Amino acid sequence: MAYSEKVVDHYNNPRNVGSFAKDTPGVGTGLVGAPECGDVMKLQIRVNLETGLIEDAKFKTFGCGSAIASSSLATEWLKGKTVDDAAKIKNTDIVNELRLPPVKIHCSVLAEDAIKAALADYREKYASAGAGVASK
Amino acid sequence: MALKFPIFMDAQSTTPTDPRVVEAMLPYFTDKFGHPASRNHSFGWEAEGAVDAARGQIARLIGARDPKEIVFTSGGTEAINLALKGVAEMYREKGNHIVTTAIEQRASMDVCKRLERQGLEVTYVPVAPDGLVDPEALRKAITDKTILISVMFANNEIGTIQDVAAIGRLAKEKGIIFHTDATQAVGKVPVDVEAMGIDLLSCTAHLIYGPKGVGALYVRRKGPRVRIAPLIDGGGHERGMRSGTLPVPLIVGFGRAAEICGEVMREEGARLAKLRDGLQDTILSNVDEAYLNGHPERRLPHNLNISFAYVEGESVLMGLNKESALSSGSACTSATLEPSYVIGALGASAELAHSSIRFSLHRFTTEEDVEYVGKRMIEVVKRLRDMSPLYELAKEGVDIKSIHWKAE
Repeated sequence: MAYSEKVVDHYNNPRNVGSFAKDTPGVGTGLVGAPECGDVMKLQIRVNLETGLIEDAKFKTFGCGSAIASSSLATEWLKGKTVDDAAKIKNTDIVNELRLPPVKIHCSVLAEDAIKAALADYREKYASAGAGVASK
Repeated sequence: MALKFPIFMDAQSTTPTDPRVVEAMLPYFTDKFGHPASRNHSFGWEAEGAVDAARGQIARLIGARDPKEIVFTSGGTEAINLALKGVAEMYREKGNHIVTTAIEQRASMDVCKRLERQGLEVTYVPVAPDGLVDPEALRKAITDKTILISVMFANNEIGTIQDVAAIGRLAKEKGIIFHTDATQAVGKVPVDVEAMGIDLLSCTAHLIYGPKGVGALYVRRKGPRVRIAPLIDGGGHERGMRSGTLPVPLIVGFGRAAEICGEVMREEGARLAKLRDGLQDTILSNVDEAYLNGHPERRLPHNLNISFAYVEGESVLMGLNKESALSSGSACTSATLEPSYVIGALGASAELAHSSIRFSLHRFTTEEDVEYVGKRMIEVVKRLRDMSPLYELAKEGVDIKSIHWKAE
């Protein structure tokens, strides 16, 4: 089974690889998957606490090429979105964009889980402090 | 010598056919196309002669006394099916128990699973962390219902070579038939069915620089005379054990491939072991937390299997697949979506099974090939570790096992 061009592109030129320090203001972190399953994704968002927009996103992934591509694509899509809009990204969007075959759908599911986990972490840390104005 | 891409380093999945083998085969497609079972004309005699010559070449390579002990099949998988199912059926009055190991190749495992569904009992004896099965553990697994011991000669993933002679002695002592899946070992390391007490042996042509589509089961005729029920009925070819028109060109190629292996094995094994050891040293001295899988000495000369902690195998292969062809025990590279049960059986974590890479060298592998693949492997693993959350956690001093992972 050959990889789609988009998967190869994200694998060869992954967008937004890296990490924010967890205590950076506005950062939410999601860590999903499990080493024994062969897939772990760490996805982080950095939200501008004034505007509520996701200004930056970063990822690190242990997994196959499709898992790396799914998380790379997710960080691209997250940037510039509000927290609420970010929550609307679905795994099927990732499948369609990357043309993932059926055996790789779980990679997109994991990427969606990573997004949700990062958003939940952000909300837990900052929503109670009155941040995330755009979520109103 | 200039590098030729992609570099094939997956020679335990298949090997290129040696040009000398192809040359030997060609006349048997055209001029010498006879059916070896045609007893009344020269076309048949010519074909029969060619098949018998090949039988002799294969018998010599494995130390069989009599070429008639070679039964041709469509490949290693069929040979294994014939051995296991053939014994199970032929000796069912005598018993219903098979002793095997936890690291047999897929074909053996799947046959055993089917036999279990049909009511047989199978004991899968575990192996040590280096992949060796203890003959004493096999002895303990034997019951008065045991009709067959089936242990692979050398493992297809980690290359570990079992103490086949000791297992053969055990089988003789207990009066139990001993089958070995020698698909990975024949032609690569010395195999001697007489000296090692082997009663049934499976092998295949395409792993010894012969054609795909032909293999053989060695079936001992004396001391003891082993009988097996056929899988395929028909014209009673191959002494009734495997009916069907023999693929003469493939068999001729198999014979020639066996002959060449017999001639070059010692020299070729030494050359490949040296290249392999160099590759291993290069990788292990340049990559931290890279672990050799299998036994460090008792292994096939052309095999190297390494787990690169914190990176997933398929992603490693993806980084190299324009330039080289390797294989991985990662779930993502298997049809079953499970990581390698062989690496798992060594007691390694599932994570390390996902991270395993198999390098297998062959007759046409050059020093330049090995240097190139080693250098690129180091680069790719480093790049992937830079994007691995597990490597980051490990470098921060976090014990990955202490994290409560939420599996899907």
